[in-house]
Amino acid sequence: MNKKLTEKLAPGHSTCAGCGIPSIVRTVLGATEDPVVVINATGCLEVTTTLHPYSAWKVPYIHNAFENAGATASGVEAAYKVLKRKGLIKKNVKFVAFGGDGGTYDIGLQALSGMLERGHQVLYVAYDNQGYMNTGGQRSGATPMGANMETTPSGKESFGNQTDRKDIMQIVAAHHVKYLAQSNVAYIEDLAKKAKKAFETEGPSFLLVLQPCTNVWKYPTSQYVRIGKLATETNFWPLFEIENGKYVLNLDIKKPKPIEDFLQTQKRFKHLFAPENVEVIKTIQKNIDRKWKELLKKTSNK
Amino acid sequence: MKDKNTKSKRIALTGGAAAAEALRQINPDVAPVYPITPQTPIIEGFAKFEADGKVDTEIITVESEHSAMSAAIGASAAGARTITATSSQGLALMNEVLYIASGTRLPILMLVSARALSAPINIHGDHSDVMGARDSGWIQIFSENAKEVYDNTIIGMKLAEKVEFPVMVIMDGFTTSHSVEILETLPDEVVEKFVGKFNPSRSLLDLDNPVTFGPVSLPDSYFEFKIEQSKAIFDAKDEYLKIVKDFASVSGRSYDIFEKYKTEDAEHIIVLMGSTVGTAKNVVDELREQGKKVGLLKIKLFRPFPYKEVAEILKNAKNVAVMDRAISFGSVPPLYSEIINSVFSFQLSVFSYVYALGGRDIFAENIESVFEDMIKGEKFEGTKYLNAKNL
Repeated sequence: MNKKLTEKLAPGHSTCAGCGIPSIVRTVLGATEDPVVVINATGCLEVTTTLHPYSAWKVPYIHNAFENAGATASGVEAAYKVLKRKGLIKKNVKFVAFGGDGGTYDIGLQALSGMLERGHQVLYVAYDNQGYMNTGGQRSGATPMGANMETTPSGKESFGNQTDRKDIMQIVAAHHVKYLAQSNVAYIEDLAKKAKKAFETEGPSFLLVLQPCTNVWKYPTSQYVRIGKLATETNFWPLFEIENGKYVLNLDIKKPKPIEDFLQTQKRFKHLFAPENVEVIKTIQKNIDRKWKELLKKTSNK
Repeated sequence: MKDKNTKSKRIALTGGAAAAEALRQINPDVAPVYPITPQTPIIEGFAKFEADGKVDTEIITVESEHSAMSAAIGASAAGARTITATSSQGLALMNEVLYIASGTRLPILMLVSARALSAPINIHGDHSDVMGARDSGWIQIFSENAKEVYDNTIIGMKLAEKVEFPVMVIMDGFTTSHSVEILETLPDEVVEKFVGKFNPSRSLLDLDNPVTFGPVSLPDSYFEFKIEQSKAIFDAKDEYLKIVKDFASVSGRSYDIFEKYKTEDAEHIIVLMGSTVGTAKNVVDELREQGKKVGLLKIKLFRPFPYKEVAEILKNAKNVAVMDRAISFGSVPPLYSEIINSVFSFQLSVFSYVYALGGRDIFAENIESVFEDMIKGEKFEGTKYLNAKNL
């Protein structure tokens, strides 16, 4: 394996075959030359990299609890600020917090909000696999409409998850963060570029990265890049950034593929193709079209 | 920093202000703070010191107590001397992360202005909140008055960093936190020297020696982590004793794991903690004047609990009454339980009283009635509630 790639997160971690989380971590951490300290919410990344007495981390790392990565990062960064002021630390250090969508959209939202609002110099990266995958695939506030999840299973009376995901980008943007971006592990260069920008930002920055989960989305492990790409090609997951309040579209999909192309690749959506759920797919497509129009309005600066 | 206090000062301060003054002298690196009554005088006083440039501290005005403790954990793991303060619901909200602070062996100092717990909501003093945290792996030191708050804050900071355990310094909400008392503060440099520099054994900011904090531990190792933690907190008692001895040499003020008051020949002893001790001492004095052999034992170090030492004091008494300012629902009150555990091998009658929940007054006559029960040889089972309405 490329030595440069693994100099911060070593091989030997135990993420699932076909999991993109290590790629996200390595790409983000590889975007700075400065030393980094990692703060991690409870979740897939944490349990697969820190199994005592081993650790895959070659950089300083702290896991505290599920809902408090934002607060923990605030404390670490405040410690750095004061110790640097006192001349006890000479180097410039970067702080990166990683959380899953549960630790970001849901249980960790308050701590994240506090961290953003107070202006801590931290890059917060949410790897978004659209549910609580570390506990076996329950719905979160990031789960898309129609997904068959452990706590919102499809059945005679239900098409699965009833609501569309929370717009976490707008929530973070409302904190007047100077740089935030939506990215996708299937577009690794886009992610690297955004991580670099985020590291250069004054104050907090935020990256939301789509992370297809082979276990719960239920698709063959070899397919995560393809499925990630389909998410963007169908406008299910557009790539954009918000820099100093200005929206920028990073990939203009001129001819978006129908959402069925994305849905049919994963067993979590299989039930939607039953005759009684035709309308659900139509609603999903309608929502995607509406959100895409809204995004285009913002990115065209009208 | 400017305006150093170079001399001892005799000043009038509330317990909250006394804690803030000690914190100014300690000059911590990081202080995540969140307001709650009756803790606010501590963090407000300290914030003013920061605003006036009297401390070098980074104050983080977090958005909840859960985040206050979470940020404290981050800061402490990053090698910063870290303090916070809370009360009641705030301490309850921190519960999850209290265990993480102690399990990670982080020397965080927390001032607690002890207060009742909801429901029903009540902002006044009792020990329900800190008793709810008694199994969380924190060292707990109770203070009787503002003077002890000041001293315990300084002792607690040094103890935390020496034994690598978080420490709670506890004062009674309102009775101590908001009441003005005369106390003597130490010169700044004495405190600075006594507390010393914080040299963490490991730090997130030691970039050349990267450490993983907060790993996953499975059934093959978790058990031993917990056994070691349990042993280590008991061992912290010896270090506490060394530190209070050192403190006596710089301040002239001597402390022990508890304070025994006229217990030498006492037949009837009350055991209690916190601000009510002052009133109870007066009652002891009055009864002594009447020739009654009474005494009291004030517990200071509640965690780790000094079972053997307590037994040594109580073993020659006839009766012991334990006054708790908290209830343990479905069990006996917490301090009573510890005293029973201390003296279980003796032929000794131990009685349980609960007082002053949610800020209810406790009067000298109530404490007198406890001694009278013992003197009369009145036996009873269960718990008596002092100055409570008959239900």
